[in-house]
Amino acid sequence: MQFGIFTVSDITTDPTTGRTPSEAERIQAILTIAKKAEEVGLDVFALGEHHNPPFFSSSPTTTLGFIAAQTQTLQLSTATTLITTNDPVKIAEDYAMLQHLAGGRVDLMMGRGNTGPVYPWFGQDIRNGIPLAVENYALLRRLWTEDVVDWSGQFRTPLQGFTSTPRPLDGVPPFVWHGSIRSPQIAEQAAYYGDGFFHNHIFWPAEHTARMVEFYRRRFEHHGHGAADQAIVGLGGQVFMRKNSQDAVNEFRPYFDNAPVYGHGPSLEEFTRETPLTVGSPQQVIERTLGFRDYVGDYQRQLFLIDHAGLPLTTVLEQLDILGEEVVPVLRKEFAALKPAHVPDAPTHAARVAARTASAAPQEVDAR
Amino acid sequence: MSTRTLAVVSAGLGTPSTSRLLADRLTSATVAALRDRGDDATVEVVELREHARDLADNLVTGFANAALRSSVDTVVGADALIAVTPVFSASYSGLFKTFFDVLDKDSLTGTPVLLGATAGTARHSLVIDHALRPLFAYLRAVPVPTGVFAATEDWAGGDGIDRALAGRIDRAAGELAGLVAGRPAAVRPVDPFEDVPSFEDLLRGA
Repeated sequence: MQFGIFTVSDITTDPTTGRTPSEAERIQAILTIAKKAEEVGLDVFALGEHHNPPFFSSSPTTTLGFIAAQTQTLQLSTATTLITTNDPVKIAEDYAMLQHLAGGRVDLMMGRGNTGPVYPWFGQDIRNGIPLAVENYALLRRLWTEDVVDWSGQFRTPLQGFTSTPRPLDGVPPFVWHGSIRSPQIAEQAAYYGDGFFHNHIFWPAEHTARMVEFYRRRFEHHGHGAADQAIVGLGGQVFMRKNSQDAVNEFRPYFDNAPVYGHGPSLEEFTRETPLTVGSPQQVIERTLGFRDYVGDYQRQLFLIDHAGLPLTTVLEQLDILGEEVVPVLRKEFAALKPAHVPDAPTHAARVAARTASAAPQEVDAR
Repeated sequence: MSTRTLAVVSAGLGTPSTSRLLADRLTSATVAALRDRGDDATVEVVELREHARDLADNLVTGFANAALRSSVDTVVGADALIAVTPVFSASYSGLFKTFFDVLDKDSLTGTPVLLGATAGTARHSLVIDHALRPLFAYLRAVPVPTGVFAATEDWAGGDGIDRALAGRIDRAAGELAGLVAGRPAAVRPVDPFEDVPSFEDLLRGA
């Protein structure tokens, strides 16, 4: 199982000091956070894509390329890549390029984006969100798996004899996750292709997650990719930890109360009861996280949101220390002990290349 | 004979509340009218005052917490709805509107509704027609022709209730019972996880 962090790249005023980091500061902070994630033993760093303030991350492959150059083992991913408003040709090119630079340590999470005004900035219409996600992704897959593509569709100019370069590293495209909070069509899309499904699992009651994952697993089996419990599932989660749980609550409360997404509404206590947010001791985070398995089954990737809502860099780095030293080692051991042998591990480039080689060999025999 | 579920939404704030008083009279008249037509009724009352914070939280977080979820499920799953609001600034109250704001826009499609409103003065008596009906038209619910508006003076009859108001209540209740009786039982909203087109259809743009 892989553990890591994901960030939405928000630039938010620290409510305890009234100070707002500059874009330059926050961008540097993200680089520090990503490198720290590898240093404390986490597996994955996933970066959001946004095209409006207060977010800075408009160009994820630039940032991830920089991080790739400064890390050795960290798997780089997105949270999410906008499959609706990005040209699938550019996604194919950019992420294949990043995949080469990072030595295969790249996967992507596709998302539709929920900000209406962003769509027309890129020539699209949010009312076409699902059809865009379907058509664009179908094209993206062809661009990665076929060397020369003839294509025409509804949402972009036709392609004739087009070759997307560079070709995917070792002929194996980056693994793709599809993220959605409550659109069954996207879970269906992930299941149809045998791709991964990621539920952000923050800000919403866990029942949403449970239903979506159950549906994705059922459809994964229906489409013939394996048994339902072999589908590839990732979850988000939001945590804040201190040695003493009351210290965690006291320190996090002003950030919670003023957070852009849920602030000025429910209390911290209500929100931790209603959603997977966990604020408390490392042991509480371990127990709550192990409990996720009760409603999604054995899963492959757990990402935590830890740099949200104006938390200062030093605090985020402390959270990473706690995750790396006290939480993730225990989770790794416990989840591994619970996972049956037939449930696959999280996909990596090396494993996918090996699997491709293994499945290609008998076909060559047949061909002769 | 079948048993109908009657949901009652009252946005009254006082205790006792005039809106709730009107809702109760509309409810008992409707239950009686249903019985006359051979149907029993189960009544579920949702006092929006108890969900004031839940509703504000729903606006902020985008989801109904467990307590509000249960009331929403009651309303959207009912065979008929009685909805009563006090008049605030010449319209329904913000609390009343917020409840209908957080419902899925299709969840009351085809539901028979009896609309009621209360105010301190009869000068607000068109509020049902100029404010409530458009809201329920948008929701594609089916409001009965008679809406019941009660001003303070309507409650001042000899036996505690004005006969004219009682007549309007009975007429409206009869209209609601007439819409409900003989109809098939309410169908729960379509489960989005049971109704997903095949991916081949999605790919074809269906």
